[in-house]
Amino acid sequence: MTTVQPTVVSAEAVDVATRGGAGTARRRPRGSRPFRSPQAQELWGWTFVAVPMLLFLTFVIIPVVMAVVLSFTDYAVIGDPEWVGVENYRRILDDPIFWLALRNTVIYTVMFVPLGVLVALGTALLLNRSSRVVNLFRTLFYIPVVASTVATATIWYWLLNPQSGLFNIVLGWFGIDGPAWLYDSKWAMTAIVLMSVWSGFGTNMLIYLGGLQGIPRELYEAVRIDGANAWQSLRHITLPGLSRTTFLISTLLIIGAFQVFDQAYLLTKGGPGNSTLTVVYYIYNQGFGGLKMGYASALSFVLFLIIAVFSILNFRLTSRRQS
Amino acid sequence: MTADAQTYVLRATRPRTPRQRLGTALWFVAVLLISLTTVFPLVWTIVTSLKPEGEILTSSLRIWPDAPTLGNYVRAWTTVPFGRYFFNSTFLAVAGVVLNIFFGSLAGYAFARLRFRGKRVLFGGLLSSLMIPGIVTMVPTFLVLRRFPFAGGNDLFGDGGTGFINSYWAVILPGAAGAFAVFFMRQFFASMPEELAEAARIDGASEFRIFAQIYMPLASAGAAVLGILTFQAGWNSFMWPLIVLSDRSMLTVQVGLAAFKSEHTTDYGPLMAGTVIVSLPVLLIFVLAQRYIIEGVAHIGSK
Repeated sequence: MTTVQPTVVSAEAVDVATRGGAGTARRRPRGSRPFRSPQAQELWGWTFVAVPMLLFLTFVIIPVVMAVVLSFTDYAVIGDPEWVGVENYRRILDDPIFWLALRNTVIYTVMFVPLGVLVALGTALLLNRSSRVVNLFRTLFYIPVVASTVATATIWYWLLNPQSGLFNIVLGWFGIDGPAWLYDSKWAMTAIVLMSVWSGFGTNMLIYLGGLQGIPRELYEAVRIDGANAWQSLRHITLPGLSRTTFLISTLLIIGAFQVFDQAYLLTKGGPGNSTLTVVYYIYNQGFGGLKMGYASALSFVLFLIIAVFSILNFRLTSRRQS
Repeated sequence: MTADAQTYVLRATRPRTPRQRLGTALWFVAVLLISLTTVFPLVWTIVTSLKPEGEILTSSLRIWPDAPTLGNYVRAWTTVPFGRYFFNSTFLAVAGVVLNIFFGSLAGYAFARLRFRGKRVLFGGLLSSLMIPGIVTMVPTFLVLRRFPFAGGNDLFGDGGTGFINSYWAVILPGAAGAFAVFFMRQFFASMPEELAEAARIDGASEFRIFAQIYMPLASAGAAVLGILTFQAGWNSFMWPLIVLSDRSMLTVQVGLAAFKSEHTTDYGPLMAGTVIVSLPVLLIFVLAQRYIIEGVAHIGSK
């Protein structure tokens, strides 16, 4: 129904336009003028955005302000909040578990972000050719993205089974005695990183493929005439041409990596021996396990600052490479 | 697409050197190996879910069970109220889709095509909120929902009850008009011609009618992509439902599967069956609409 209506409206409009001034005045509903006043559009504009903006205010603006205030209180859901000044922040500095969680999170980020960028870039370069089978492989590469983290974690939990899991069976073919993965504090985080890369690279691969389409073909022709080999054209044309895409992807990965929770919660519950306890997991435990909402808010802000610092560092790094 | 096809034809007719042929062969080996790593775990999951208990650990690699059974599915379905969880997840995901398309389109249209004061400030604020890590607002959003006036037994000051916690609203409200949805739809409306609106305005059509009957049908492909992506995200979301829906009857399939996993750590058969059950809807949508999804994601990246 809605698809038919617009043609009716525009047909009327054309009719009106060809018949001229006098006719239109008679046919137009009372009160409306040919060009709506700015005030009317103003009212409509506000009406259109009213509900979304109200929700935005309630669930983004107010929570951000609340987070600041809460972080200076000892609010615990039950009872009234008491102002404690910078006490929460001071406590964070002396909190060994926070530092442990931060260390784990940094280890995760340092492994996950470069690996995530490399795998996405590598697969995109592989699929950046004109052939019909490319579409098939693009779909096959993207499949892990479709499954939820819970489904992925359950599958990987089985893949990483020390005796019967696919990982250690395949490693065994090459004579490697695979580790106990999720039950080994030395390997649990590596397993989580591998799973995260596997389940997420498809999205970034598509973004990279989009970026590759934007590099002019002539540039490749030009360096080929100059006698450049594949590696040289990759270094001097492809990578510089993708620097904006790389910046976008690495920023998204950094922001996501510092907030890693699902994977650790589902695969290892933070164990073994707290080796996969991440900062967000710790915030979750403090806020929703221990109901220490004030402390959890302060922790969130500290994490926010850390993310901001790393994002700026990443920006510096990427923009220097560009120039 | 046609340009791609042309180059393909050109390349196919060009005489090929042995070196090029070797390159193509290596390329096929590489992409097949990667496809194996992305697809085989899923195949293995399905195969494991069809194996009787005795076969799972002893012959875990065997690609087809000696005695295939649906027993794991029966066990998964009967130990966990997956039916109820399915309803919860479907309701929440569909509500998210409908509300995000509606509000995302309304606001996206207004930001793209209407002139009103404060527009740039509002849109700028919305856009910059995309950069705030979700963790910052997690605790306060929980408190806003819990202390919402007159909700769930609360009084005017948000005391006395549990607010929206443990109700569908706790998931629906915070995600009903995501900044992403508004931004996504705005991009579509911004690229459409202004003349259509001018003509309709001369004819006296109201702004809502112009939006609903002229521009919205033109943006329906974009709305479909947004809808699919929103459904996937809603169906797969884990942490927020875990926090706000703790009542047994309110769990989503994801939270339910996670609980099932921690209670039955070694029952790989029913676990894999549960994983298949939970993944089926999104896999089905992906198979049916994969072109839209892949183009939609690529579209986001180009912005």
